[in-house]
Amino acid sequence: MNDLYSNAIGHWVIVILAMGILLVVVLTATAYTVWFERVALGRIQRRPGPNRVGPFGLMQSAADGIKLAFKESFIPDKTDKLLFVIAPGIAVVAAFLAWVVIPIGLWYNVQYWIADVNVGILIIFAVSALNVYAIVIGGYASNNKYSLLGGLRSAAQLISYEMSLGLSLVPTFMIVGSLRLRDIVEYTVHWGLYTGPLPLVILTPVGFIIYLISAVAETNRAPFDLPEAEQELIGGFLTEYSGLKFVMYYLAEYVNMITVSALAALLFFGGWYLWVVPPVFAFLLKVVLFLFLYIWVRGTFPRLRYDMLMRLGWKVLLPLSIANVIVTGIVLVAVQG
Amino acid sequence: MADETNDGQKDGQNKDRGEKPAGPNMAGDVGALLTGLKTTLSEAFKPVVTTMYPEDKTPRSERYRGRHYLRRYDNGLERCIGCELCAAACPVGCILVIAAENTDENRVSPGERYAKTYEINMLRCIFCGYCEDACPVQAIVLGPEYELSDTSREKFIYTKEKLLEPLPPDVQARLDTKDQPHRPASPGTSP
Repeated sequence: MNDLYSNAIGHWVIVILAMGILLVVVLTATAYTVWFERVALGRIQRRPGPNRVGPFGLMQSAADGIKLAFKESFIPDKTDKLLFVIAPGIAVVAAFLAWVVIPIGLWYNVQYWIADVNVGILIIFAVSALNVYAIVIGGYASNNKYSLLGGLRSAAQLISYEMSLGLSLVPTFMIVGSLRLRDIVEYTVHWGLYTGPLPLVILTPVGFIIYLISAVAETNRAPFDLPEAEQELIGGFLTEYSGLKFVMYYLAEYVNMITVSALAALLFFGGWYLWVVPPVFAFLLKVVLFLFLYIWVRGTFPRLRYDMLMRLGWKVLLPLSIANVIVTGIVLVAVQG
Repeated sequence: MADETNDGQKDGQNKDRGEKPAGPNMAGDVGALLTGLKTTLSEAFKPVVTTMYPEDKTPRSERYRGRHYLRRYDNGLERCIGCELCAAACPVGCILVIAAENTDENRVSPGERYAKTYEINMLRCIFCGYCEDACPVQAIVLGPEYELSDTSREKFIYTKEKLLEPLPPDVQARLDTKDQPHRPASPGTSP
């Protein structure tokens, strides 16, 4: 394996193979996240959720996918045809690209990731910021006032929350001293008798809470799902989309949801380290718990009004995250001298 | 709960006046959020209330008005005497009865006449049960079945053969308890 990996061609074969496997894994995970969400939301509302297709309704996502794939690929008249088709593609590409640098685990010296980049977290932010283009372009190209309003809302929302999202992680980087996700996960402390990995949430709890809230807003999930608000914007930027293009937006939303859950696990909860649980499974467990948190929040809170969203972003989260950075800096200087 | 709501309102008023919200209000708001999360989580572990429809069905009333049945006497003769009172009573006119004379060779009902054709258009029927009320010999009753969907309009014209299918036992039992005609028999029944 190592010989093959050091060989120039073999290296690429392995990388492309790994990317193929990752694609399949993430797609499957997305399908079951949808199933999980529908079941969990159902239970919260005291319904069983999907339970007809296959055992426990596990094949529901496959059935939905097939149904949507065979729908007519409809492009409304007077839309910007090129942009209308490109926009969902941007959403999917942006969502999947982030997984290039997300490390899933390190198990018996096998690395479960594609690239270990020293600016990993920056790449994830850069790529996931492209998501706003997908929504704005989709809203603009639809030539529909509701879609355009959804796109505009999305632009304002993502810009507002991207800053507090980024700033909420700065204390983490300051403590660890690296942007490489593997370094952050493997952060160890030497506190007297205890030497070992430490979940960073203990050191930056405020950063974690800001990250959690901003990440929900960043992925356009309830209660921050203003861009697609069904009740007032009849679906927002999604209004004119159907069939496979709709699937692409939908897929991107769920992949983004898994991505931010994975990031929360990696940045604040020690990634693949969890007591005696095998690394990859520990990571999976943490991601599933965060996904449940997202679904739970969706099942609990009503959508924010637009001014509330802006007030929370600009007047609460942003000052709080800046203060968090400053306080962490002061404490770090005081501790490390 | 009430305290938290009040805190939230005070918080909003403070902001309107441009004052900084006080600390305890923030705690109250977060407490309200956590209460919400606790509520939904505890709901999630209660049993589901959905009726799994095709397998489980909600109980129907004993007098539920579903599809129609034409009844027979115990000796096998049809009850219907072709009087067309049901067709006259029907508010939507979905019943068609064409009567014919009974003869000694071909006796279908005990009366003078019988229904040669008896058709109900189930697409029109509003399941009001007036036909059952109008019938002097209790020949037509509304049974419990309500799953009547089908694949063509023609199949919704229930013909006499279909209507003469044996009644479900529970309906039969219900009718047996009050099988006496509630009106004096019409003159046609006594030849």
